[in-house]
Amino acid sequence: MNSVVCIAQVPDTESRIKIGADGRHIDEAGLKFIVSPYDEYALEEAIRLKEKSAGDVTVLSFGPDRVQQALRESLARGATKALHVKGNSGDADALGIAKVLAAAIKSVPHDVVFFGKQGVGTDNSLVGPMVAELLGYPQVNVITHMEVGEGKLTAHRELEGAEDVVEAALPAVVTAQKGLNEPRYASLKGIMGAKKIAIDVKSIADLGLDESDVVGQRVQTVSLALPPEKSGGRKIDGADAAAAAKEIVKYIREEAKAL
Amino acid sequence: MAGVLVVCELQNGKIKKASREALTIGRKIAEAAGGELAAFAAGSGAAGAAEEAGKFGAKTLYAVADAQLDVYTTEPYAAALKQVIDQAQPSVVLFGGTSNGRDLAPRIAARVNAGVASDVDRLEWTDGRLRARRPVYSGKAFATVDVVSTPAMATTRPNAFPPEETGAGAAEVVNVSYQPAESKSKLMETKTPEAGELSIAEADIIVSGGRGLKEAANFSYIRDLAHAINGAVGASRATVDAGWIDHQHQVGQTGRVVSPNLYIAAGISGAIQHLAGMSSSKHIVAINKDPEAPIFRVADLGVVGDLFQILPALTEEVKQAKSGH
Repeated sequence: MNSVVCIAQVPDTESRIKIGADGRHIDEAGLKFIVSPYDEYALEEAIRLKEKSAGDVTVLSFGPDRVQQALRESLARGATKALHVKGNSGDADALGIAKVLAAAIKSVPHDVVFFGKQGVGTDNSLVGPMVAELLGYPQVNVITHMEVGEGKLTAHRELEGAEDVVEAALPAVVTAQKGLNEPRYASLKGIMGAKKIAIDVKSIADLGLDESDVVGQRVQTVSLALPPEKSGGRKIDGADAAAAAKEIVKYIREEAKAL
Repeated sequence: MAGVLVVCELQNGKIKKASREALTIGRKIAEAAGGELAAFAAGSGAAGAAEEAGKFGAKTLYAVADAQLDVYTTEPYAAALKQVIDQAQPSVVLFGGTSNGRDLAPRIAARVNAGVASDVDRLEWTDGRLRARRPVYSGKAFATVDVVSTPAMATTRPNAFPPEETGAGAAEVVNVSYQPAESKSKLMETKTPEAGELSIAEADIIVSGGRGLKEAANFSYIRDLAHAINGAVGASRATVDAGWIDHQHQVGQTGRVVSPNLYIAAGISGAIQHLAGMSSSKHIVAINKDPEAPIFRVADLGVVGDLFQILPALTEEVKQAKSGH
């Protein structure tokens, strides 16, 4: 059973975001980048699948040179191969990214294609299902549980206060939600072993795609801005719990009009 | 400008709130662009949505009435929607940002080479283009984007576009006969383990607990208040990671980004990734014993005190208010 795990490299979730000089991108200076948290669940599930049934786990990322760090970290955790498609992912829309990834996935043996349910930061939640469509595969989105059987997988898909149990023929695309598993840390042995694996590097053109269909198409960023600074509202002393409760209810009734 | 098509989800024959919100902003986009608003509905009872769709401004309802579409599954819905897009040739297609809306939008977008703006909280028609504002980095920044493809697509953030009726009559029904598509997946069952519990995704009121609760059992303080005020139960990442409560409840950058009318945070200090997930709430009440807690910077009403004293008093006070005292 072979898997591909698509990895997005994103700013650490604890980062403060600054806007870059062009007013359309974030300022990357001094930012720490990490593997997008949901992709960690995707990777863990793929590694577990490999441990059960052998095969390869290929980690795949589209972006500038810095994404190789994310691929290295993923190799250290247990991925067996890595593919970096170099390009300006920051100016590509989700479908542009999906076209690149779909073309790259075709070049690698696979039964299951894993994504995180969203890239933390851009927060689109679009690329996984788009890749499924481009490859003609079924998709199970935002999964919290998964089992792989003969020629198919069964996964639990999270809904608002419920879940669907979906059976999909392989090859299939799944997107991982938190709760799918408990991702492992890289071991020292894993880190050392990862250094011996060469990362395969390709360009968009190598995949037979035209950059003009990937970058600057369909969705264009006009501007990026920080939210207005909240000044903080009224603060009261809650030492007298009953009085504080009355004050809160007054606020809820008069301001929020929720009672 | 051919018009705006809104994909409507039905529940017991009614149009879901998220879809009514999408219809509302869809009507405004159609008016600005000089086009008409149309709705899409699928399943045996699809045509029954005509009256409600009309109330929200839809002139036409494309009804794909087929029992194979009674429950949502990706591939058949994508096929049905593709048929309607081919027939109606809309300039804009909108989806409510529900689990199913967010599953379907990227699938159909890839099929018709369309761009999608996800989870938008503002939408307008400017210079012949669909312009959207969307929170990125979980609300730490806002991106303004133009969707320049035809059709242009967007999913709307729940609670961002309050539903407005226009008082118009029923939409004209156009029946579309479903051409069954191959499906490589099938729905085996739908489980509703937390029956009766509100989801934070669409709730108007959320009561959230953090590490200040000290242990899992004390989430009862949060649940009691949530129950009394008819709100959903939210949680900080720390409590979810500690196993006190299920991830479905997590608010924040690696949980859900929410914008309810009222957000009550108790025992949550306000880590940057939590603030990112809730600071766009319309009214925020914070209860914390540390007067310096960052949560107070975003709170409209901050109460410095002991949540174990204040929450029970507040629950009691809310019950009284509800019963008309």
